[in-house]
Amino acid sequence: MSALDPLRLTALEARRLLIEGEVSAAELTKVYLDQIERVEGDVHAYILVADDDAAKYATKIDSEMGAQRGALAGLPTAIKDNMVTEGTVTTCASKILAGYQPIYTATAVRKLFDDHVVMLGKTNLDEFAMGSSTENSSVAVTHNPWDLGTVPGGSSGGSAAAVAAGEALWALGSDTGGSIRQPAALCGIVGMKPTYGAVSRYGLIAFASSLDQIGPLARSVADCALLLQHIVGRDPRDSTSVELPAPVQVPTAESLEGLRLGIPREYLGSGVEQGVRDRFEATVALIEKLGGRCAETTLPHTEYALPAYYIIAPAEASANLARFDGVRYGYRAAGADDLIEMYERTRGEGFGAEVKRRIMIGTYALSSGYYDAYYGQAQKVRTLVRRDFASAFDQFDLLISPTSPTVAFPIGSRTADPLAMYMSDICTIPVNLAGLPAISIPCGLADGLPVGFQFMGPAFSENLILRAAHALEGAIGFDTAPTFRAASEEAPS
Amino acid sequence: MSGWEPVIGLEVHVELATQTKMFCACTVSFGDPPNLHTCPVCLAHPGALPVVNQRAVEYAVRIALALGCTVRPRNVFHRKNYFYPDLPKAYQISQYDEPLAVDGAFDYWVGDERLSCRINRVHMEEDAAKLVHSGESGRIAGSDYSLVDFNRGGTPLIEIVTEPDIASPEAAREFLNQMRNLLVELGVSQCIMEEGQIRWDANISVRPAGSTTLGVRTELKNMNSFRFLQQALESEIPRQTAILEAGGTIDQETLHFDPETGTTSSLRSKEEAHDYRYFPEPDLLPLVIDPAFVEEIRAAQPELPAARIERFVRDYGLSRYDAFVLGAQGPLARFYEAAASGADPKLTANWTMGEYLAHINATGLEPGHGHVTPARLAALVGLVADGVISGSAAKQVFALMAEERAEPQEIVERHGLGQISDEGALDAVVARVVADNPAQADQFRAGKEQLLGYFVGLVMKATQGRANPKLANDLVRKALGK
Repeated sequence: MSALDPLRLTALEARRLLIEGEVSAAELTKVYLDQIERVEGDVHAYILVADDDAAKYATKIDSEMGAQRGALAGLPTAIKDNMVTEGTVTTCASKILAGYQPIYTATAVRKLFDDHVVMLGKTNLDEFAMGSSTENSSVAVTHNPWDLGTVPGGSSGGSAAAVAAGEALWALGSDTGGSIRQPAALCGIVGMKPTYGAVSRYGLIAFASSLDQIGPLARSVADCALLLQHIVGRDPRDSTSVELPAPVQVPTAESLEGLRLGIPREYLGSGVEQGVRDRFEATVALIEKLGGRCAETTLPHTEYALPAYYIIAPAEASANLARFDGVRYGYRAAGADDLIEMYERTRGEGFGAEVKRRIMIGTYALSSGYYDAYYGQAQKVRTLVRRDFASAFDQFDLLISPTSPTVAFPIGSRTADPLAMYMSDICTIPVNLAGLPAISIPCGLADGLPVGFQFMGPAFSENLILRAAHALEGAIGFDTAPTFRAASEEAPS
Repeated sequence: MSGWEPVIGLEVHVELATQTKMFCACTVSFGDPPNLHTCPVCLAHPGALPVVNQRAVEYAVRIALALGCTVRPRNVFHRKNYFYPDLPKAYQISQYDEPLAVDGAFDYWVGDERLSCRINRVHMEEDAAKLVHSGESGRIAGSDYSLVDFNRGGTPLIEIVTEPDIASPEAAREFLNQMRNLLVELGVSQCIMEEGQIRWDANISVRPAGSTTLGVRTELKNMNSFRFLQQALESEIPRQTAILEAGGTIDQETLHFDPETGTTSSLRSKEEAHDYRYFPEPDLLPLVIDPAFVEEIRAAQPELPAARIERFVRDYGLSRYDAFVLGAQGPLARFYEAAASGADPKLTANWTMGEYLAHINATGLEPGHGHVTPARLAALVGLVADGVISGSAAKQVFALMAEERAEPQEIVERHGLGQISDEGALDAVVARVVADNPAQADQFRAGKEQLLGYFVGLVMKATQGRANPKLANDLVRKALGK
């Protein structure tokens, strides 16, 4: 029992220990609550830690459920705080939802509850999932467990940091333009964005409806598969959700032999740091040694993906976030003289700078006279991006790239420059525009910080991606225990 | 006329009588305690998503087909963005450039004139919630606070947009009245006007008579009274005409009609108009409508008022006016047809429009309800036609029939209202009447034929109208020796 190391324990192993009675749900939960106690003051992964509820529920699983236990019973889980949980405050890291008590539970979370996971708490994020560093949170800045002076990435930075720091066995995140994969990469764990529609968005507080997708963050590819297996499926409450053509399989012994992997050259442009490039190339060499066949390819409209994304996502967000008006729930500015002043002050005081920036961009892009030039044009680019992928997948089984052009960057280093921040997602955004699945796995360290390696696949190729990623993960043998380097420490040379 | 003609177009909003709301499973209700029928979706709680109500689509297709529209196989919901407390998402899910159905026409009558108005489109959307303003007036001006009742929020709403084909306030009123009949007939809405289940915006402009171009229009928003609509249009036409005749120009603006003063005032100008920033609703896939689904609905469509009126003229030999009175509304039409199947259709029509409608209006009963069933009315008409009772006796029977659950024959017998066709019984009455009026009898014999009616009248009076008029006639002539 005392031998359980939250920095290395996988969910599959934890589940085996629980099933075989070697550890109780209460004991397992305590391992994670103790770790939260130990490191949360440095990491700030959570907005809310539900320690009492988690401990009580774990005890209930041990004492009452017996044979009724769900498939994931007792596994300590963190939930990104943009998924609503009935009775547990959900804020989206925004002042405008401070203290908001949801009246229902998101479908993906509900499914996990039905399988009796233990919810440890709600994790930090960039406000309304808008950001790439988790610095845009109204609650706290989350720190990267590898180097506490750097960001964990974003927007699911809280979920990624919690898993990396051993503060959760695994976690749910959401990915609109890279918000699962990029923080997974920066925190040295595995994160997967499923095909658009694979997981219900019901109860995911919408940022950009046509791009948002819930997915798993975990310590291994197999863990990601296991968690994904339990959240996918058509939901009658989400008209855009679909049933996957085949069930998600947890990969076991896999091989890269004969797999055709395309490397889009546009993803290795000048913005990619040398350390990242080195790790990526070393990994490509490793794949070829294992029998994979890698070749350069092209996704010619990649350079337009980022601008198109920064039209479409803010446009949808400008409407999605309009409901936060102070009338029915959440923050309302006091003392306004009339309705318009109440709206203006509530939203002016309730939203942070980045959220306001995107609402304004989106409102402008949809305005009469500008719609065709911006939103209409961006949708056309989206079609072209989709076609780029379709023709690449005529030749390749999967595409590979770095997940992020850089490793974790110092806290505060990009907050003054939104464009530099937006560049963090250059390798992850096109997949969202095309609605495709992708995974990020750690492929080594650069300057002591994790580098992420991305597999992208055709729609509904989750199982193929998981098998390939699992095979590569085994060959890389990355140690996911982070270094908790203090902010002031120098990187080891 | 002053040489100017009005051009009117309408946008009609109809709340559908589905069981549940447009995008969630909450009950559609009227008059329930506030905010009883709400959920995360229609309250726009974070993370909630809309799901299209299939029954609402079916009802919308019914309307589209009844208006002769083309149902588009693929249609798209859009978000219409604006902030107001009755709109919880701060956008209305509506349709924009890819609506449900387009290019139809609606035929209606003004008096005996049959008119046709082109229908531009029929689209689906959701209703807003209801604002309840504090204070006695119930208006927003002067109220201390306003409350929101979300029971209505998300009710399926259909918008029917016409082309500007309506040429007078009276025609606009008739269009709406007959459109309402059609919608009720289709079973898609009760169209209770006081509940706002049907309401409309009217666009109006004037132009030189005979011109084919359109003038600048003004818009009268959110009306639900036929009378106020007609009054508002009647006040707007001379206002616009006066401005144009004086060489001025009309401002494109939204007007408010004040029923108390009978005049319109400006609500907002074109410059103040909202930019709704329409864009395709990403939470809903484009709605693909299977042609087989449309054909299924087409096959199940009820007979529509216009067709029924034509049939009444054709099959029952009614005048167009009578056919309209009896055929415009389903319940009365069904009552009439059931009654006419058992008696002479024209006599039945007279009785239905006369005694029966008066009874319905006096009691507030729905046609077909109450003691006067179609079979009983037919039996009553039969008794008159067969000479069993007189017309005046029949009116008494009808009055009694409305009061109690009884067959007309039984009432006739019980109250002794049957016609006296027995010569022996009438002879005595005639003899007495003649004996009591010797002077008139002499005049008649001297050739004053008109006095026949006088004597017959006396006979009728003496028998409480039960004497067979033809027999009474014959017996009077005989008694007076003619």
